[in-house]
Amino acid sequence: MSITHAHMTPEQAEAFGKELDAIRERVLADVGQRDADYIRKVIRAQRGLEVAGRGLMFAGFFPPAWVAGTAALSVSKILDNMEIGHNVMHGQYDWMKDPELTSKGFEWDSACPGDQWRHSHNYMHHTHTNILGKDRDIGYGVLRMSEDQRWHPYYLGNPLYATLLATFFQYGVALHDLEVEEITAGRATWGEKREMAQKIWQKVRRQTLKDYVLFPLLTGPSLPFTLAGNAVANLNRNLWSFMIIFCGHFPDGVEEFTEEETADETRGEWYYRQLLGSANLTGGKLFHIMSGNLSHQIEHHLFPDLPAHRYAEISVEVREICERYGLPYNAGPLHQQFGSVVKKICRLALPGRGGSDAAPAMEKPEVALAAAA
Amino acid sequence: MTATTTKRPFGVGLLDALAGPHGIDRYLEILRPVWSLGDARAQVTEVRRPTRDSVTLTLRPNRGWSGFTAGQFIRMGVEINGVRETRCYSPACSEGAHGVIEITVRRHPEGKVSGFLVDNARPGMHVELSEADGDFILPAERPAHVLLLSGGSGITPVMAMLRTLCEEGHRGSITFLHYSRGPADVAYKAELDELARRHPNVRVVHGHTREAGGDLAGHIDAGHLRAARVDPACTPAFACGPPSLIEAARQLWPDELLHTESFLPPSLTIIGDDATGSISFTGSGQRVENDGRTLLEQAERAELSPDFGCRMGICKTCTCRKTAGVVRNALTGQVSAAEDEDIQICVSVPVGDVALEL
Repeated sequence: MSITHAHMTPEQAEAFGKELDAIRERVLADVGQRDADYIRKVIRAQRGLEVAGRGLMFAGFFPPAWVAGTAALSVSKILDNMEIGHNVMHGQYDWMKDPELTSKGFEWDSACPGDQWRHSHNYMHHTHTNILGKDRDIGYGVLRMSEDQRWHPYYLGNPLYATLLATFFQYGVALHDLEVEEITAGRATWGEKREMAQKIWQKVRRQTLKDYVLFPLLTGPSLPFTLAGNAVANLNRNLWSFMIIFCGHFPDGVEEFTEEETADETRGEWYYRQLLGSANLTGGKLFHIMSGNLSHQIEHHLFPDLPAHRYAEISVEVREICERYGLPYNAGPLHQQFGSVVKKICRLALPGRGGSDAAPAMEKPEVALAAAA
Repeated sequence: MTATTTKRPFGVGLLDALAGPHGIDRYLEILRPVWSLGDARAQVTEVRRPTRDSVTLTLRPNRGWSGFTAGQFIRMGVEINGVRETRCYSPACSEGAHGVIEITVRRHPEGKVSGFLVDNARPGMHVELSEADGDFILPAERPAHVLLLSGGSGITPVMAMLRTLCEEGHRGSITFLHYSRGPADVAYKAELDELARRHPNVRVVHGHTREAGGDLAGHIDAGHLRAARVDPACTPAFACGPPSLIEAARQLWPDELLHTESFLPPSLTIIGDDATGSISFTGSGQRVENDGRTLLEQAERAELSPDFGCRMGICKTCTCRKTAGVVRNALTGQVSAAEDEDIQICVSVPVGDVALEL
């Protein structure tokens, strides 16, 4: 490991890894009815809200019905994508052997085909978390999110691109695995990507047909209101998921790694990178559910396949372990974490390693660690 | 495990488009678990406990289930502590039973599902069903005389055959020879007596292996057949029971007259010193040294959780693609070296290096 990060001897890293492995083993041995009941309860709530939202659109010309319907549909889409889809597709409920809840089979209410997301997210991002040049979630191929990404005049548009990505986030996620930048750079051809692009197109078409053709037509005289309500619900989901996801790895204090320093990583060191490369959001129980428990990003990255509703109780132990090993544990409320992400997006639009107005938290990680220790 | 019917009512396509990507069933089932247009499911409507360690369930399947032939089995999924466990059961009712399935489950000493059902089954519970499967069935042209032979919980498929033949008004003689430990262990005693009373061509013979009080004592042999007035040389037999009963029947009947189904898995675990090579699970990137056990057991040892049902080479739930290597079928001894072949991992033992898509 590079000395730019918090110091840990190989022996400490091994002991640290064993303690985390022990948590994992214990939770895996304990999964059962409680977890099954939980995820089914969330699914019932989501499906109920969706039906209510769709139903209220029939009275969409009546403003309170439109507002309530749009809100119900927004929450339904957020729950579907985050607490249900993201977590089920991680295999958190595979042990239930319920074909509707297996990581391989689940499909979500999003433009991104489940299969491609499982590759770009479960494998690429979770394996190579915060390794520059390998983790394509750093900037999603369009943004400059790290001082170590070389500046180019293109990045002057960083805040604009981020706004566009947030607005159309579900399409950004859908195109993510296509690696369009590989084609523009001449390292791949459209021919190689055709099959993948077709699958994305099919999914986008089905989603569009449902939200922007069938349901508006079905509601008859409410057609324009339904169209608007569905668009706003999709937008709400896009903005919310962008915000939560960007708070996972880009707030101040989150560290990045190079391919060299992670080349011969042990299991303990992998855990260590997941911890240093992730940040948590603090908040109430409802907030955690609405964030798909990605508010416990650290625990999610340590244990991506444990049922996410258990992260809150696991986090107590993880925090305690981090304190004992003198490791930072990055957590803060949404406004603070997202505020620092927005600042970073704007700051990195300019050349250099952040400019002269860099906040103290921009200093190299060992300083942040010294402050935490 | 869930069976999808090809014929769907008009309008379901539109409903599915509206309910996409989950499909209309994912909304209907929230109202009632058995409300599904595509998945075969059933509700338990009646629970009886005919003997000290068995339970008889009456199931009302939804329209997703399309019936069975007497002697076949279904895979039934039950949720236990949040985990859907799937096992094979043969319905004991007649083929023509109107809209219901009857199964009888006997507690297996280490059986998770059988123990759960015997202790906890209650009306109102719902279960997942598969389409019926299996070739242990009566020929379409019914044999003139027939012996239905069973041991223990193997009674269910032959009970379905007996009830079906009776309902059809079959005229030939039917001998129903059932072995159990003692009189208190016969699951269908009253029903059998009633059928024998109403149908003069049906003869029921009880063999008891451990206790007195039966028509025959001990395990099946030529003497039992003489006493039951069955001539194995000219009477086709349909036999279902533990491996020892099936093995004994094989000694008594010519091959062409004997149809069998075994209910307990034959002993497959052969941990040999001669086990060589390693197994690559290509889907998960795992690799383990071959210890000579079945691929299913070795996959489980590697903490993979492949689907399985019967664990005895019947139900094909565990079928997996083998991309390279040689395996031996532990039931038949048949060795197979074909590349890219679908194998049943519960009865396949690796011979040297094997690569599986798991």
